Amino acid sequence: MTDQTTLRDGSAQTLTRRQAYEQRQRRRSITVAAGSTLAVVAAVVLLVPLAPGWAAVQRSFFNGEVFAKIFPGLVDAFVMNVAIFLWCAPIIAFLGLVIALFRDVRSPALYPLRLFGAIYTDVFRGLPVILVIYLIGFGVPGLGLPRPWNSPFIWGSVALVLVYAAYVAEVIRSGIDSIHQSQRGAAASLGLSEGETMRYVVLPQAIRNVAPANMNLFIALQKDVALLSFIGPVEVFRQAGVYKSLLANFTPYVGAAVIFLAVTIPATRYADYLLHRQRRRQS
Amino acid sequence: MPKLDLRSVTKSFGDNMVCRGIDLSVTEGEMVCLIGASGSGKSTLLRCINLLEPIDDGAILLDGVDISEPGLNPQPIRARIGIVFQSFNLFPHMTAAENVMLAPRRVLGKSRESLADPVRALFERFDLAHRMDHYPDQLSGGQQQRVAIIRALAMSPEIMLFDEITSALDPELVGDVLDVLRKLRAEGMTMILATHEMAFARELADKICFLDAGRILEEGPPETVFANPREARTRAFLKRVL
Repeated sequence: MTDQTTLRDGSAQTLTRRQAYEQRQRRRSITVAAGSTLAVVAAVVLLVPLAPGWAAVQRSFFNGEVFAKIFPGLVDAFVMNVAIFLWCAPIIAFLGLVIALFRDVRSPALYPLRLFGAIYTDVFRGLPVILVIYLIGFGVPGLGLPRPWNSPFIWGSVALVLVYAAYVAEVIRSGIDSIHQSQRGAAASLGLSEGETMRYVVLPQAIRNVAPANMNLFIALQKDVALLSFIGPVEVFRQAGVYKSLLANFTPYVGAAVIFLAVTIPATRYADYLLHRQRRRQS
Repeated sequence: MPKLDLRSVTKSFGDNMVCRGIDLSVTEGEMVCLIGASGSGKSTLLRCINLLEPIDDGAILLDGVDISEPGLNPQPIRARIGIVFQSFNLFPHMTAAENVMLAPRRVLGKSRESLADPVRALFERFDLAHRMDHYPDQLSGGQQQRVAIIRALAMSPEIMLFDEITSALDPELVGDVLDVLRKLRAEGMTMILATHEMAFARELADKICFLDAGRILEEGPPETVFANPREARTRAFLKRVL
């Protein structure tokens, strides 16, 4: 038994029994999903405003007038988040790679590098980011260095770099471990040295394999730039705080949230897409 | 002087003694086939010759020079001995041509430009010129294995080792790969094969070595070993596989 379906160009195409069944199933699940989503949204829209404090919450968190007034200022401040991110990210990628390679050295003369790599990743993965920012961001300028070396920008960025490089190093190392020994064997059999094998055979594959995981780390970094506000720089979170005090209204924080999401949601989706594509390729 | 001379080579992995004193000599241009059950030590022996595995005792002489000396830098020796693996082991992030050019560029220091013609000639010789710019996952198993052979040949090795290179292939693809071996044989390449392709070994080998539990139990020209094996275990093995 077959169903007829009409294609866009008007021609009829005969579906197999399986295709017809799957088409019915697909329509059914789209209907059910749309219905249940609509019910939940309706409940939220109708029920939340019934809460006794809703009018006050709306005034202080979702105030359109305040939002319009401060949003351009927040976007300006966000430029600083982006700038801090942009100079930290390449340094993190480089340092992470170096630390990962330190942990893979086999030569006994270079054992100190290996030890350093292990201690480094243990220490910086073991500390809360905010603590490292405080210790370095307040500690180092306390040495009384001349300008510009006492800038909280520099030392706050250094703190972010140190912590995130540790995570990136671990991700890259897991990527290196994931490359099958036979690849190293094939490279060695052709006369390549260990260093050449790493550079031309193992690393290119390893870095590609862990690209989605690293994407997620860099999304987290983009958010953690806001932590630098605690030691001085007026980035978007700090700027929102300034507006909050000025206008006695919390809408600026919602504005800051909107800006973060505008960046992080597309980036997260992209990372998921990369991961999905990779899983499909490997299966 | 033999091209390659193994003298009571032993090799174990932990408590598992895989090679128990193997003597084998291979003269220039000779084709030697190692046969025997799985686990009899064929693959390990090839990996030892290529110095991918260090041997425990004995010696491996290449042109009369001991290459198994512990502590010797293995790289220049590996560059002289090509090996092809059962599972191809191509580099998946490089095209077929890049796979082939990697070692000549990085080990021999040749330029991409100077390699273009000889590499193309190699691909043409094995009817793969139209696949040069494909990635390994776009090639069939037989094509991948031929690229792996070309990759080893690009280093102009003095000896080629083949480790059951048709065992992972679909039956209809085996022929193409065996044809490559026939060509190499005709050109006088010195070759050692670990193989389960008995008909092929019988047709082309100069010498058959039957390995059993880490020893060469019986060796000789194919006519003798296949038609008139001396040892009971050889007879039993051949009865199983023929």
